[in-house]
Amino acid sequence: MASSLPAQSVDESADDPRRAAKAAAKPAAPSRNSAEDVIHRKVTRKPEDAESLERVSEEQESASRSASGSTVTVRGGTVRFGEKIVLESLELSIRSGEFLVVVGRSGCGKSTLLRLIAGLEKPVSGSVSFDGKPSSGLRSDVRIMFQDARLLPWKSVLDNVRIGVPDGDRDKALEALQLVGLAERASEWPSVLSGGQRQRVALARALASSPRLLLLDEPLGALDALTRIEMQQLIERLWRERGFTAVLVTHDVSEAVALADRVILVEQGGITLDTDIALSRPREHDSGFAHYEKLILDRVLTTRTDTGGTDGSYTI
Amino acid sequence: MSEGNKTAFWSRYGLPWLLPVLLIVLWQLLGSAGMIADRILPTPLSIAKAAVRLSESGQLLQYVGVSTQRALIGFIIGGGIGFVLGFLNGIVPLAEKLTDTSVQMIRNIPHLALIPLVILWFGIGEEAKIFIVALGVAFPIYLNTLHGIRSVDSGLVEMGRTYGLNGWELFRKIILPGALPSILVGVRFALGIMWISLIVAETISSDAGIGYMAMNAREFMQMDVVVLSILLYALLGKLSDWLAKRMERSWLKWHPHYRHNP
Repeated sequence: MASSLPAQSVDESADDPRRAAKAAAKPAAPSRNSAEDVIHRKVTRKPEDAESLERVSEEQESASRSASGSTVTVRGGTVRFGEKIVLESLELSIRSGEFLVVVGRSGCGKSTLLRLIAGLEKPVSGSVSFDGKPSSGLRSDVRIMFQDARLLPWKSVLDNVRIGVPDGDRDKALEALQLVGLAERASEWPSVLSGGQRQRVALARALASSPRLLLLDEPLGALDALTRIEMQQLIERLWRERGFTAVLVTHDVSEAVALADRVILVEQGGITLDTDIALSRPREHDSGFAHYEKLILDRVLTTRTDTGGTDGSYTI
Repeated sequence: MSEGNKTAFWSRYGLPWLLPVLLIVLWQLLGSAGMIADRILPTPLSIAKAAVRLSESGQLLQYVGVSTQRALIGFIIGGGIGFVLGFLNGIVPLAEKLTDTSVQMIRNIPHLALIPLVILWFGIGEEAKIFIVALGVAFPIYLNTLHGIRSVDSGLVEMGRTYGLNGWELFRKIILPGALPSILVGVRFALGIMWISLIVAETISSDAGIGYMAMNAREFMQMDVVVLSILLYALLGKLSDWLAKRMERSWLKWHPHYRHNP
């Protein structure tokens, strides 16, 4: 891709959106990750055999998934805000490449758990380990998506994504934008994008450095229903392709069942439900789906019954 | 040029100047009709003649040059101090605790009230004027820089930290651009104060510059030159405001407010 897209043309295109779109559309086959690079090389050797390509692709996918996702372990994690104990002696381990969804009522500490893993909160006691090694503070192989996109309004879409690229390389940033289908908007200001598009740019920024762990703090909470479903599918697709470990915090049980390998419920500073979602992907809204939705929702509502999702929206 | 373009051109460049031009025409008419005595207010035409006369002798350019130089040096010194102090106090809480009370006390002294003291300190040389300008300019820039830093979205700063931005990078990429709209408001405000401070300082004590030209002309009852100096200040003030607007438009072009009026 770098060869077909000289950095110079992107530089000039900053002033002209049409040229940026052209430049962005030029590369014929954007490579998504190292695994696919390998595939492309194999394709050039054996271009006539499409079936073997698919097999290779699947092999590569599972191989890269086990290789590139972090294993995260939280041991006795306790977080306190002043006098208030938000998380207490929390135990959690996340497998490499797993898609974990954290649900809970608002204020239950689910976002704090995410921030603890991210290194944004310091535990008063306990530890967080990555691949068995204790870690504290921010890490470059962990990326976070927040509820708001947090794009810099004074930087173009492309320059915003470049913040996520370690050396600020334009081609890598453009590649990441292509992943989320926004390469043709590279030279625009974030303020002209819709909410969903901004979150896609934020996703591109987060994925630009190929993180091993992606933390998502209700990134879809402010989006409309249709955009939300699109974003869920996009996140699921990229997670499958790139094999990072994902932790999503949400209050939407339906979203949790649609995306999760495993759902945990956080209540009163601890985990009170931990269940695997044994459904095949892509997930349909069938009886199995409804079963898990009910299982989680019932569990959430047993502690307190003053609120409830009665109209099928299942918002806690 | 099509009909529509013409209209757009006039509404953009013509309309803002319509009122000043009309006033000058009216003034000229009243003056030539003898309704305004020349000793009270000379006509625009005689002021223009004075301007030409002074330009030819080279005095006008020299005085404008001297005044502009004082204004800019004072602005750079005062603005620089306000800017650095604003950033320091915005970022380091200890610095704010140490200095903010003193700054607020000094800020509330009208800086022009210090002129007698300043003349005793520096005489009527350049330092006195530059000191007064710098003192006047420092506070609006300090306050707006501090406010700008405070109003930078903490979510963006946190985002920057998660992407490994620290120290200078975090400042350059997030804090400074985030504070810039507010800082530029301070700059525009300070430019106005810069001219006012300079006018007062030059009028009271000077041996060169526009203020000196005005006071000198007063001694000899040259009303046209006196009014010319006043008009020069108005034009210079307008010029610096225009420059400040240009800065806003080129540095804040990402801002929705500036995007639609190029």
